[in-house]
Amino acid sequence: MSLPLFLPLAALLLLSALGVVLNTHPVRSAMCLVATLFLLAVFFIFLDAEFVAALQIIVYAGAIMVVFLFVIMLLNLEKDEVGRTRTGWHMTTMVSAGLFAIGLLYIVYRAGTLLPGAGMGVAAPAAFGSLEMVALRLFTVYLLPFEITGLLMLAAVVGAVVLAKKKVA
Amino acid sequence: MDSTLAINIAISAVLALAVTLNALQLAGLLGWVERKASALIQDRIGANRAAIPLFGFKFAGKGLVNTLMADPLKFLTKEDVIPRGADRLLHTIAPCLAVFPALVTFAVIPFGDVVVLYGKEINLQVAQLNIGILYVLAMVSLGVYGVVLGGWASNNRWSLLGGIRGSAQMISYELAMGLALVAMIMTYGTVDLQAMCRAQGGTILGFIPNWGIFYQPLAFIIFMCAGIAESKRVPFDLPESESELICGYFTEYSGTKHLMFFMTDFIEVVIVASLATVLFFGGWQVPFLERDGFHFGETIFALPSIVVAVLGILSYTVKSMFFCWLQIMTRWTLPRFRYDQLMRLGWMGLLPLGFLNAIVTAAVILALGSH
Amino acid sequence: MTAVPTSSFIALSVLLFSIGAIGVLVRRNAIVIFMCIELMLNAANLAFVTFARQQGSIDGQVIVFFVMTVAAAEAAVGLAIIIAVFRHRQTVNADDLRLLRW
Repeated sequence: MSLPLFLPLAALLLLSALGVVLNTHPVRSAMCLVATLFLLAVFFIFLDAEFVAALQIIVYAGAIMVVFLFVIMLLNLEKDEVGRTRTGWHMTTMVSAGLFAIGLLYIVYRAGTLLPGAGMGVAAPAAFGSLEMVALRLFTVYLLPFEITGLLMLAAVVGAVVLAKKKVA
Repeated sequence: MDSTLAINIAISAVLALAVTLNALQLAGLLGWVERKASALIQDRIGANRAAIPLFGFKFAGKGLVNTLMADPLKFLTKEDVIPRGADRLLHTIAPCLAVFPALVTFAVIPFGDVVVLYGKEINLQVAQLNIGILYVLAMVSLGVYGVVLGGWASNNRWSLLGGIRGSAQMISYELAMGLALVAMIMTYGTVDLQAMCRAQGGTILGFIPNWGIFYQPLAFIIFMCAGIAESKRVPFDLPESESELICGYFTEYSGTKHLMFFMTDFIEVVIVASLATVLFFGGWQVPFLERDGFHFGETIFALPSIVVAVLGILSYTVKSMFFCWLQIMTRWTLPRFRYDQLMRLGWMGLLPLGFLNAIVTAAVILALGSH
Repeated sequence: MTAVPTSSFIALSVLLFSIGAIGVLVRRNAIVIFMCIELMLNAANLAFVTFARQQGSIDGQVIVFFVMTVAAAEAAVGLAIIIAVFRHRQTVNADDLRLLRW
């Protein structure tokens, strides 16, 4: 991925991420998040992770976010009321998050050349990030975690149904 | 830029343009076919009076061309209304979000074999992605946003209800569709649609074409049901059911934006038909036709490769047209489901069947030890 | 044209994570807080994929698969909780839900 491609995409990504936080209406926030997820999928493709990019769109943008929108519409949420914001708390948050980001960025900057591995300049191995390659790893080395994830999903489904079900009085 | 790269880019551009325009043309044509089909089924003459006033004349014809021209012209010249209190931005974006994923889906659908022209190999598939069919699933799942946003941004209760119904329905049937596709991926051992087409060449027992339908009939039924539900057409048109919700999620749309939703509907019909063709009916394969001509047992009718390629494209077109026709016939034959029936069919009918089909397929592949 | 170095992607991930964190702390709408958590998860995903590419090892991408599954489970349960809370209190504002607060 070259710099003239990276910079505009990164700017768009950060803008849409800011949109999630700054929009007062939850539906607009959700749409900004969808845009963010879509742009992340683009980054994944440039990082030779085609399968993960497809998953990102199918699972995140296509399923999770639709459920978010569905709930927002079901509850018919309106704009957040203004005037209940607490400026002091906001300033504290901004400053600490800013310091956190600056600290991490400094570490990334210092550690940039120390990373192990071949790096971006070298072409990825053949079929890197393809469905076959991820699946092979997933069903051999990571088989046990995979099965446990299945259990987790089952528990989540049962939990969601029990929680959201209307109580029959 | 060296010349091979330029030629490759030109070929891709031509392919992409051809496929997109073809999809749009077909969608327009289907609008006419649908009217004619409804007339046929309801025993009346049907769309035959559309006239275009031009230079003082009225070109009142019975023909196809007038209807095809009159439809978009009327849509394009209508006033574009955005209701008061609506979210103007999202209201405008929604039709684009509906039509865009539908159009780009065609990028991975192969409409012919690899053709050699002037010593250059051209794969008649716009994009060879190594995620293949997952791309189709991804784009189908993005199609929900047009419906949901259209419903929400209109500031209308009926629209909102349509949008909510649409999102719930599309998520539910995506699962069943995904499971049907999983069974097909296991059968062919690949996610590339072109490779799937190629695997369906030849015959079973010497006379039955080696098509996916003969291996996975159940997956075909699940796929067709889920596909029609995804394109939100009768009997699954709950999101826009006109007797309850006026026009559902696009009640508040007029003019070109309405046309875009309208087109999306038909483009999705073409997508379902193309996918059914490619996955279950051999795609561009013609029975007994191989790279060098027809093979009937020992006798061979040799054909030039360009004729074989054209026959392949024709075969794909005829088959997908048939499935478009089938969907339109279904639409005018069946009544609409009730909402609870729709959900029950999706979650308690198609989904368990899909799981069963996938598990049985996996077990058979395991028992046979290979594909 | 040279490739963009790994550290740029990680920097992007850091910024994304910070934006998500600010969102969680500043916004009071429970659903938006949830969405900001998804932002943070995605920042982590970007880092995983970047490191997978850097090291030429597929493991990072497998981890992303797991993160997505957990995110899906979390969204299902979390949204169910929000719906249940809304049924009782008619609000999803995190400041109004103070029954267990001392």
